[in-house]
Amino acid sequence: MQEELFAPGHRGCAGCGAAIAARLILKGSGKDVIIVSPTGCLEVISSPYPESAWKVPWIHSLFENAAAVASGVEVALKSLGRKDEAKVIVIGGDGATIDIGIGALSGMLERGHDITYICYDNEAYMNTGIQRSSSTPYGASTTTSPAGKVSFGENRPKKNLPAIAAAHGIPYVATASIAYPKDVIKKVKKAISIEGPKYLQIHAPCCTGWGFDGSKTIEIGRLAVETALFPIYESTEGKVTSVKKVKRKPVEEYLKAQRRFSHLFKIEGGEEELKKIQDIADSNAKQFGLDQ
Amino acid sequence: MKLSIGAMVEPGSTRTNKTGSWRTFKPIIDVEACIGCGTCSMFCPEGTIYKVADKYTIDYDYCKGCGICAHECPVKAIEMVMEEE
Ligand code: SF4
Ligand code: SF4
Repeated sequence: MQEELFAPGHRGCAGCGAAIAARLILKGSGKDVIIVSPTGCLEVISSPYPESAWKVPWIHSLFENAAAVASGVEVALKSLGRKDEAKVIVIGGDGATIDIGIGALSGMLERGHDITYICYDNEAYMNTGIQRSSSTPYGASTTTSPAGKVSFGENRPKKNLPAIAAAHGIPYVATASIAYPKDVIKKVKKAISIEGPKYLQIHAPCCTGWGFDGSKTIEIGRLAVETALFPIYESTEGKVTSVKKVKRKPVEEYLKAQRRFSHLFKIEGGEEELKKIQDIADSNAKQFGLDQ
Repeated sequence: MKLSIGAMVEPGSTRTNKTGSWRTFKPIIDVEACIGCGTCSMFCPEGTIYKVADKYTIDYDYCKGCGICAHECPVKAIEMVMEEE
């Protein structure tokens, strides 16, 4: 039996996608790692004082500086001549990565540190009460982008951080989803085996924030990929090297299964918004050649 | 629990918190129907489904009853039943 490096007893909601992401990442990385986590759901659920779910060295940074703390850890290992002993990995949410820590992350990528930065993407600030982040997709209702009489929810498209990371010309950028666990494990293994800065974004549905039953976390993740709203691919030095092809489903199948999009099926003009979301999926499919 | 300087804590010590008490529905694996694929174990957010001699078994001390295992089992070998007192 493979040892569980992310222990049970953590405080994740029943059906938590971020907890599944953490388990899969550690299955890929093995125990010889130092993990840095900024503030976020995963940090909150895994380190209720004075406990820890981590069975590997783990350090909590501030919200904005996980990439900077990891850079320090990596340089310290180098100067101590102990670089072979552990791989440095950041595991942060989309708020810490795509909003608050993007400056520190860009610095880490640009300086060329040998670090694997992994963002588990649950598309909003969840543990603080479901506030939108720049990774919240178009049309989603959150507590700070609420749908109602004058709004159909989030009015900006999801920020494309994998593309921003790739623009640094780093050796490896990949996206993955917890709905495809072997792919996650494979990509984590691959990322840590490559020297230099790597960026991985793992789609991790959140039953509480997105509004679906906890038993459907994986099903929802699969639908995001099958509708092409979350394209799965790898890229090296800015060039796409592999994509996961899908037999495409209409975006409604994904959207109607979640409370955060339910208004789109009720409000006036909702149809138009649904069409815009389908356009986003179509353009993803075209850009990456996702159609089987 | 005693904390050292730097607030280092015991690895994996969330184990002291038995989340099984959160459960409303309890997953029951039909060992006859189980084909031992490991899908349930891979997806369980608690990492609380273990392989024991080709079959899988659930540690109810930590299972929160989310139902992902039952929903994803390819042969529907897991049933969710209401917890009794
Ligand atoms: S998913 Fe179903 S068949 Fe596969 S190991 Fe679990 S119970 Fe058995
Ligand atoms: S119901 Fe959820 S927590 Fe319980 S064993 Fe199944 S997947 Fe794990």
